[in-house]
Amino acid sequence: MDEVWTRAKGVFAALAGPPVVWLVVFFLIPLGVIWGYSFGQNDSLTHIAVNGTFSNYAHAIKPLYVGIILKSLWFAGLTTALCLVIGFPVAIAITFAPPKAKAWLLLLIMLPFWTNLLIRTYALMAILREEGFINQGLGWIWAGASAAGGLVDRPLGAFHPLALLHNNFAVVFGLVYVQLPFMVLPLYAALDRLDRSLLEASLDLGASQFATFRRVVVPLAIPGIVSGVLVTLIPSIGAYLTPDLLGGSSSMMIANVIERQFKTANDWPFGAALSFLLMYMTFLAIAVQAIVQRGRRGRAA
Amino acid sequence: MTPSFGRRQNARSRRSLLAGLGVTAAGLSVFGLEGCAPKGRIGRNGEEAKLNLYNWDTYTGKTTLADFKSATGVEVKMSLFANNDELFAKLKAGNPGFDVIVPSNDFVTRFRIADLLEPLDLAKIPNYANILPSFRNPPFDPGRRWSMPYTWLALGIGYRKSKVDGVPDSWKWVMDSDRYSGRIGVFSEADDVVQLGAKYLGHSINKIPLPVIEQVAQMYIRQKRHIKVFHQDDGQDLLLAGDIDMVMEYNGDIAQVMAEDPDLDFVIPREGSKLNSDCLCIPKGAPRPDNAHQFINFVLGAKNGAEIFETIKYPSPNGAANALMSDAYRKNTVIFPPDDVMARCEYGDFEGLDRSHLYDETVTRILAA
Repeated sequence: MDEVWTRAKGVFAALAGPPVVWLVVFFLIPLGVIWGYSFGQNDSLTHIAVNGTFSNYAHAIKPLYVGIILKSLWFAGLTTALCLVIGFPVAIAITFAPPKAKAWLLLLIMLPFWTNLLIRTYALMAILREEGFINQGLGWIWAGASAAGGLVDRPLGAFHPLALLHNNFAVVFGLVYVQLPFMVLPLYAALDRLDRSLLEASLDLGASQFATFRRVVVPLAIPGIVSGVLVTLIPSIGAYLTPDLLGGSSSMMIANVIERQFKTANDWPFGAALSFLLMYMTFLAIAVQAIVQRGRRGRAA
Repeated sequence: MTPSFGRRQNARSRRSLLAGLGVTAAGLSVFGLEGCAPKGRIGRNGEEAKLNLYNWDTYTGKTTLADFKSATGVEVKMSLFANNDELFAKLKAGNPGFDVIVPSNDFVTRFRIADLLEPLDLAKIPNYANILPSFRNPPFDPGRRWSMPYTWLALGIGYRKSKVDGVPDSWKWVMDSDRYSGRIGVFSEADDVVQLGAKYLGHSINKIPLPVIEQVAQMYIRQKRHIKVFHQDDGQDLLLAGDIDMVMEYNGDIAQVMAEDPDLDFVIPREGSKLNSDCLCIPKGAPRPDNAHQFINFVLGAKNGAEIFETIKYPSPNGAANALMSDAYRKNTVIFPPDDVMARCEYGDFEGLDRSHLYDETVTRILAA
């Protein structure tokens, strides 16, 4: 393999060049600028002096902000757990569906991506709000039940719409809705590769359906679960649109604080420090995952 | 009452989020056009017959720009921004080619401090005479050397008449009472939240003493369980959709939804409130300053002004234009609150970045509590 690409160095450079340039110019350099800002201070309305100060990080690890980060982690963790619980059966169902149906089911999973997240979030608002579709539907059922109850002389009271929007429930609901495809796709990829004969062997050897699932399917799906958890958890921690639009008076997540630093509060250095604090945490999580993975492989060998 | 996306298609809100995010992209398009574009037709004043206007969304009349072109031959290219921060961010690294911008009052101060504005030549703006005297010497620009008033707005309480007893003419109902628990919306904008809290407690919205800020924070933290949502200036939509019955909002925004739902109304609380004013300014490095003056003078004209306000329905500081407007606009006490109410309102000054950061952290504390 090595030989092939050393012999075709020119081709390799031509192919790899543009993406590398793109990555450096539009990702690494801007990221570096923000990283620099995180060690700077506003010295006027229009200028940030990068002077190597750690004051932004000191400010960012105050209990107020650590508390908000922990709360974001809790929201993201809950979202990821729910996505896993809901996504696993979905992925299994797709895996065992007939090939023709499989393509359609996968298309259905990916379909929401064709609509902008903002539009989808507004649609969720129209569904969840007090005069939204769910509450309207419930209201009709209630009115029907009430009318039926009226016939036997036991009418129900007035219908009180459920508070589905502008609270923490709505935020987690919205996050699960947005992140579910990111969980299902890697799970499906892992399960689809699974050797069916292993399942047959397990069942033939007397293991129950559940034991087969727990001791054969889940361990073999671990790589899919890990990548599904990562691609769900990390964007959830940084979610900002969802808590902004669906959340209530106690639903602020860390990305909303960061957004305000770059906009109304006009404190880019502090916003940069908060962003990088999150990024360091993410790197740490990925590093831990890599180490665990390596340990596992080491044991297997 | 079916909530749907089409509901507000006729409504205008320069600050609405959806529109805002859309125009962010449009705003980018002016970047870089200046340098490579070949010089166009030259107008009578020796400047290229072109003008780059950077404005809020839906903030001109239906024919304003076309009228200006037929009057002067100058073609206006308008780009849109969603909020003052975006406007400031775009100009702080150098003017990318705008001739006229429309910042709010506190941002006029910010632009001034950052030395990003050209002084106005009042001799070239004779229609300045149309501006009401009360707008000629605002604290943020006495004598109007840097900015011309375009619109103004007042914060107050928008409410649903059938769900509220009488007129909720005190900030108490929003900030300090469980009477309408779970039916209340408050701005998430840090300055507005803190300043109006101080106003309710009997202080000016400027130079708020630190202990009062603490008092305001504690008040909101107590009140929080009764507040349904800290909204992103879409309070009028939440009110219209029935999600809340009482909301801290701008009079212009509520006036728009009142046209759709007669059950809504607006009041400026008796403790007084905060005023905003969007202003026409010429940024430093404007390529066509004379066209810019011509344009500012044009929109301050009586007939042209009336055409604009007929469309955008915001309060106007233009006395001559107001005289041409219909009674429905002029006598609307939401758009034009009575004088005694106005006397208790004040502009919020820009008091430095440290203050902005303090207010932001105060609101973060309230939201995280």
